Amino acid sequence: MSDLRELYQEIILDHNKQPRNFGRLTGSARRAEGHNPLCGDQITIYLQVSGDLIEDARFEGAGCAISKASASMMTEAVRGRTVCEVEGLFQGFHQMVTAEPGMLPDVDKLGKLAAFSGVCEFPARVKCASLAWHTLRAAIEQAKTPVSTE
Amino acid sequence: MAMVGTREDARADARPVAALDVERVRADFPILSRTVRGKPLVYLDNAATTQKPRAVIDTLRRYYEDGNANIHRGVHLLSQTATEQYERARRGVQRLLNAPHLHEVIFTRGTTEAVNLVAASFGRRFVGQGDEIVLTEMEHHSNIVPWQMLCEQVGARIRVAPIDDRGALRMDAFEALLNERTRLVSVVHVSNALGTVNSIGRICELAHAAGAKVMVDGAQAAPHLRPDVRALGCDFYALSGHKLFGPTGIGALWGREELLDQMPPWQGGGDMIEQVSFERTTYNTLPAKFEAGTPHIAGAIGLGAAIDYVESIGYPAIAAHEQDLIDYATAAIGDVPGVRITGTAPGKASVLSFVMESVHPHDIGTILDSEGVAVRTGHHCCQPLMRRLGVPATARASFALYNTRVEVDAFIRALGKVREVMG
Repeated sequence: MSDLRELYQEIILDHNKQPRNFGRLTGSARRAEGHNPLCGDQITIYLQVSGDLIEDARFEGAGCAISKASASMMTEAVRGRTVCEVEGLFQGFHQMVTAEPGMLPDVDKLGKLAAFSGVCEFPARVKCASLAWHTLRAAIEQAKTPVSTE
Repeated sequence: MAMVGTREDARADARPVAALDVERVRADFPILSRTVRGKPLVYLDNAATTQKPRAVIDTLRRYYEDGNANIHRGVHLLSQTATEQYERARRGVQRLLNAPHLHEVIFTRGTTEAVNLVAASFGRRFVGQGDEIVLTEMEHHSNIVPWQMLCEQVGARIRVAPIDDRGALRMDAFEALLNERTRLVSVVHVSNALGTVNSIGRICELAHAAGAKVMVDGAQAAPHLRPDVRALGCDFYALSGHKLFGPTGIGALWGREELLDQMPPWQGGGDMIEQVSFERTTYNTLPAKFEAGTPHIAGAIGLGAAIDYVESIGYPAIAAHEQDLIDYATAAIGDVPGVRITGTAPGKASVLSFVMESVHPHDIGTILDSEGVAVRTGHHCCQPLMRRLGVPATARASFALYNTRVEVDAFIRALGKVREVMG
């Protein structure tokens, strides 16, 4: 049960129930789709980018609590950041969720995103947590093909 | 039409069925005594793969420790013994399927390979431009993709028979799809995602009346009901060893002799040949014609042991036990708030597929696992079916002969924990 509480932290459950920045951006927004064929999770990320700055980020989609909360908290974390800063967050987040058990790196710089540190104890759920981030990267790069976790 | 091979028959057949002694059965499966995350293992993922009885495990160990040799053409004792055991396992499959001829039983890696074999070989011989293959909405990807590959190659097309909201095949719509272009109907016997038991006898009657052949995906059926191919009236039947308490990587295809004889070999290699020269090769007779290369000998022998085991328990006792479990579980899950069962076809097998309001199946799976309860979550390799049901995924508990009401209780309690965790 303690591991479960580590995974399903209050902030994650909150974002699952009330996702922030849920919806779409139109006009000149960048957009990318991602899906996890194993569990059917689907997500679309929308970004309003000005020069190097991510002015706005939104998402739409359906998925498990981990993937939905991850997308929601990610959109909050990347708003107002530069593409370069976001890449740093991506790297830090990825290292955190894929860490060997007991080998968790320093997650302080990730702020609220550190709530996902419990994911590394659940290898089957790593893709749920990282789907939004991979899709975000595709949106930044304006990739034409949907992102897949497989 | 004799209605053999359905769950009802197993019951209707029944002279008084000796009740299954579940504690004795459980003692036959070593893995069931282990714990998971500190809790007794409650294994309810039997539709994905079943656990193995000691009889199968011992057979595999004995083969490798004391009997390992390549089969056929060996003149030494070990080879002869291995050949005898391998062919004895073939007789086991023949007996299980009530197949008319031993040489109609072909060992494959599993159901998937069997479908691919028929798609490639029957397809090459009998399916052409403009012809049609009929599938159903509840098919597993393994019974969709091989036909799509065939259709792309030969210019044929797939027609899909719809299901109703309970997950039962709509027979009227199925019948309406059949026409003079229909070459083959390929249909699942028992749906892995819903538990629906299809009326194969009726499907065969209708398909045959239209001049089409029928292939049955029996992967999910064989652990629950006797797949009697003569009573069913089908033309091909495929099964997987690992879903029948046997090893992974082994399965079987049964096909009618007159069809298999007309079908070209599928894979080339050892054992499937008669004479080889660089100019010309002549092929072996059935079943070797379809068994290229050294097969999974241990697997086949293990499958034989699994069939012996199932027969020692008996299908009527298995069916009665599983019926009790699915009835009990269906009633119990009805009391869990916000749960909806997907797949409620009458007479369905012991598969309980469900969704829970505002909780994704993946989260259900993780939380149940923390309680030692193993279920499957996802699309169950049935993405078209999930789309038809309007859900991205479901959670699925599937019961086998060794499961108990006590385990169902543990499963239901664990569902309570899902609410507790997810709020």
